[in-house]
Amino acid sequence: MQSNPSDIDRTITELEDIIATLKSPANRSRAIAEGIDIDRELVRLEEELQQVLAQRYASLSPWEKTVLARHKDRPYSLDYVRLIFDEFFELWGDRLANNDEAVIGGLARLNGEPVVVIGQQKGRDLKERQRRNFGSARAEGFRKALRLAKLAEKFHKPLISFIDTAGAAADLRAEEHGVSEAIARNLREVALLRTPILIAVIGEGGSGGALGMAVGDRILMLEHAIYSVISPEGCAAILWHDKSQSPEAQREKTAQAADALKLTAQNALRLGVVDEVLPEPVGGAHRDPVAMAATIKNALCSHLGELCRLSADELVDARYRRFRKLGAWAEQED
Amino acid sequence: MPRNGWFSRRSRTARVMESVPDGIATKCVKCNEILFARDFERNLKVCPKCGHHHRLNARERLAITVDEGSFVAMDEGLTSLDPLGFPEYAEKFQRACANTGQTEAILTGTAAIESHPCVIGVADFSFMGGSMGSVVGERIARAMETGLERRLPVVMFTASGGARMQEGLLALMQMAKTAAAAGKLDRAGVPYIVVLTDPTTGGVYASYACLGDIILAEPGAIVGFAGRRVANQDMGTRLPDNFQTSEFQAEHGMVDRIIPRKEIRPALANLLSFFAEGNGHAI
Ligand SMILES: [Zn+2]
Repeated sequence: MQSNPSDIDRTITELEDIIATLKSPANRSRAIAEGIDIDRELVRLEEELQQVLAQRYASLSPWEKTVLARHKDRPYSLDYVRLIFDEFFELWGDRLANNDEAVIGGLARLNGEPVVVIGQQKGRDLKERQRRNFGSARAEGFRKALRLAKLAEKFHKPLISFIDTAGAAADLRAEEHGVSEAIARNLREVALLRTPILIAVIGEGGSGGALGMAVGDRILMLEHAIYSVISPEGCAAILWHDKSQSPEAQREKTAQAADALKLTAQNALRLGVVDEVLPEPVGGAHRDPVAMAATIKNALCSHLGELCRLSADELVDARYRRFRKLGAWAEQED
Repeated sequence: MPRNGWFSRRSRTARVMESVPDGIATKCVKCNEILFARDFERNLKVCPKCGHHHRLNARERLAITVDEGSFVAMDEGLTSLDPLGFPEYAEKFQRACANTGQTEAILTGTAAIESHPCVIGVADFSFMGGSMGSVVGERIARAMETGLERRLPVVMFTASGGARMQEGLLALMQMAKTAAAAGKLDRAGVPYIVVLTDPTTGGVYASYACLGDIILAEPGAIVGFAGRRVANQDMGTRLPDNFQTSEFQAEHGMVDRIIPRKEIRPALANLLSFFAEGNGHAI
């Protein structure tokens, strides 16, 4: 098989073209007239295509994963909420000033069991994107998430959080209302929350904005999701700041930055930041949201089963140690 | 006595302001005023004309903050690795060590401020922009845990552009680590005091820097989340002139007091004494 990605992409395109051509009624009747078993041939080609696709998507570069994680058809938090939970009763607002729609949350049932769900929510069309600030929460969104986390704690319900944001909002209003304080407070309070917490990184895990809702006991990440300290674009701008470059050259640099940041789920697992990588349907989660949701649901149920056996003290201790040990350093005696 | 005091202070500040360039004069980065190096040092690197607070490195900050000889460094044996094999990280790190004489972007230890014992951390912006990687996060968490074990108040001087990009996701996780450690202090009722200095932004501001029981700031320091350049991309919004400064954060309720450099040491001593003394029963 080809190892060069562009060769593989060419093979995929060729196969798709051949299949589409054979499926056209004119070609079909011609083939049948010539005594060719076209249905068998189509099955064989489809199988070959699936095989090539599987291989292709198993070896995506960090930049290709970034593109996939940001794909406009990729399922968002609310899509999974609807597919995974038996019911969902949405709750609005931070009880302070606002209802930030970049964050959603509410009461849900997972296989009948009551849970509290929060998530970072992008928009499908332009209007919804604007309403949800492109999934970039301001202070109000993080405060809404914390209010719901505290609600989960108060009533001893597990908390499930879906992560999908390019980053927290960085505009004037976010700054005026203390987005940094809101993120910091979430990190501190959720670290000590006395109830089980599951995190699912489903798309983009964009730096502090993602982390602000991603402290938990088990962190799951979809196969092609990304999680990074900075966007590849931001990283490239810092490393190779040069506005004179052509768009192609800039894209190349951005891809290099994605490589350097190692922002893939596989690397997050290697670093101990996430606990499990959930396989996506071939071609990405958007090709089969129902199957993807089933995979996530299974993982949530099995991790929750384990966590529910622990006392609140044990949970908080283990969670503290979990984040406490993250990092890479060498130590000599002073 | 005033004469003696004056001389001893001068000789002390002249020694500690090591990053003042050699020669007799220097220039204020804000107002371009030519300043005599000796006056500049004596004024703790605050411009006598415009009041601009120039950045201090960690050793300079310690020298003007803690009682002489009281600082005992902790965790100096922690050294950063290059977990991602990030382009040019090793070289940049070596250069930072050579240029600053430090091993990382923060110094932590125990010390006394006007005889009040505390755990102290002082970030160093001159070391890779004060960025928080694994070792910075680990030193902060250990400092806080020391404060917790010994029930010593924790004082943190922040100065950082944010998480250290070169350590990727592990740098991001230091936000969670330091915030969780601050949470332990919070629950245990151990005082945690933050002094925001120029600049404190990004993942550092959005984690341990925002979590003090008391948050002080130096005048005119850049303090904010994402940087003016990023916020400016938001079309149609005119940013206020003081956007992402200590004054802006104070205006929006994020800072307790803005305190000029010379008054920070007595202010800290006063706070430490306040938290250490009494429980109201004597009233
Ligand atoms: Zn000046």
